[in-house]
Amino acid sequence: MKRAASLLLPLLLGLALLGLWEGVVAVRHIPPYVLPAPSAIARALIANFASLMLSLLSTLTVTLEGFAAALVAGVGLAIAFSQSRTLERMLYPYAVVLQVTPVVAIAPLILIWVGFERIDLALALIAALVAFFPILSNTTLGLKSADFHLIDLMRLYGASRWQILWRVRLPSALPYLLGAMKIAGGLSLIGAVVAEFVAGSGTATGLAWRIVEAGNRLEIATLFAALLLLALLGIALFAGFSLLEWALLRRWHESALRPQP
Amino acid sequence: MSLLALDRVAKRFDNGTEALKDLSFTVGQGEFVSLLGPSGCGKSTALRLIAGLASPDDGTLQWKDARPDLGFVFQEPTLMPWADALTNVRLPLDLQKIAHGEAEARAGNALARMGLASFARALPRELSGGMKMRVSIARALAARPRLLLMDEPFAALDEPSRQGLNDDLKRLAREDSITVIFVTHSVTEATYLSDRVLVMTPRPGRIKADIALPPGPRERLSPAFAQSQKRVADALLEPT
Ligand SMILES: Nc1ncnc2c1ncn2[C@@H]1O[C@H](COP(=O)(O)OP(=O)(O)OP(=O)(O)O)[C@@H](O)[C@H]1O
Ligand SMILES: [Mg+2]
Repeated sequence: MKRAASLLLPLLLGLALLGLWEGVVAVRHIPPYVLPAPSAIARALIANFASLMLSLLSTLTVTLEGFAAALVAGVGLAIAFSQSRTLERMLYPYAVVLQVTPVVAIAPLILIWVGFERIDLALALIAALVAFFPILSNTTLGLKSADFHLIDLMRLYGASRWQILWRVRLPSALPYLLGAMKIAGGLSLIGAVVAEFVAGSGTATGLAWRIVEAGNRLEIATLFAALLLLALLGIALFAGFSLLEWALLRRWHESALRPQP
Repeated sequence: MSLLALDRVAKRFDNGTEALKDLSFTVGQGEFVSLLGPSGCGKSTALRLIAGLASPDDGTLQWKDARPDLGFVFQEPTLMPWADALTNVRLPLDLQKIAHGEAEARAGNALARMGLASFARALPRELSGGMKMRVSIARALAARPRLLLMDEPFAALDEPSRQGLNDDLKRLAREDSITVIFVTHSVTEATYLSDRVLVMTPRPGRIKADIALPPGPRERLSPAFAQSQKRVADALLEPT
């Protein structure tokens, strides 16, 4: 009952708001280039479905490529940090600098360096830069948060650093990593969108570019349709990572446990 | 010569805390020795030194031969929460590269000896505090240590579980002729288990009394036991 309500209530609210929107647009004769009605957005979505799907695919690809690169680099560097304090002291400040610099600001530079003929690589790189830091910092923290008694125990039995890493540190870091992946998934989507905005006309083909293009042409309904797809993409990414987290942690981790009634 | 001899061992921490000073004692082969002392007197520190997890700042720690194969039971169960009981117990065997089948059998056996045969596939969170402690002890025993170091392993348990585990431990140590160094706060526990009780001073810890208890089985309610217990308690309470 409660679960049904928690699904149904937001759904009903959403439908009510859409109805209100539709009504206000109709009654007040708001022009479609200012605020299109939901029905107009739906029509635009259907009319441009094939091309919007291609754009979605393009943005999704960039997002996932960027995310994968950030994951590999972030986890790899975190592992390196866990093995060498010196390396961590040396590199971590630069990782922070990277984090606090708004990547949007270096996006044009990256586009120029990588080149517009390899635009997808440039976009993925920007997406990766945005997603990189939370993965690095959370995994670093996670690798350090392993029960030190357990690590002592491993040492006592003659375990090598790699055995300690593999058997104790990495599993202990998993909850932190999965939490970071949820954040980083959303961030790499933002990175991809920003990168497409910066890349501008003629090169990018993703949803963000469609938004710019539709805006220029005052096709506001198409703009909304692209926006809707972007939101759905973000939700799907978040849901996917939440599902992964649940699947991997539900049996043992505190975060997934609740007292049995 | 005894199995292990500590001679005027001192340990200071980076923040200046002097945990141990002039700590000297010996442990004989096959002996069950308890370390008894007030909280913070350096008992855990002493165990870590013996295990080689830390090194003394002063004094020496000498083994008869090399350091024997060790088992360590921490005050907390210290299990891998993502792994079931059997996998936890198998950990030292896996690290020693013992063949999978044999490791499985030995780990299962160790669990059975701790009365947990039917919980081999249970995750730590599905076990009670006492059961987790038994898994931790099974893990230490599965590796067949010659020397078992135990840091207040039963401190958090209720009295019946504690007495049950005391009996199990005593039996297992004798059966496998394991040398045990056992840290505890409890006078009763120390008296019940040990061949010798080493009483420590407050920090910086050193031994202030070395009490050999009469050999043979102990009856918790017997007058002889009460007498031994009083000797230990008196030594602990006596001002330094
Ligand atoms: N890593 C550390 N850094 C600084 N001081 C420490 C450290 N570990 C222990 N100490 C200090 O050393 C002293 C001895 O600690 P230890 O843990 O050995 O005591 P203990 O006898 O085991 O106490 P308890 O019975 O409460 O477990 C304490 O005063 C403690 O504060
Ligand atoms: Mg202690």
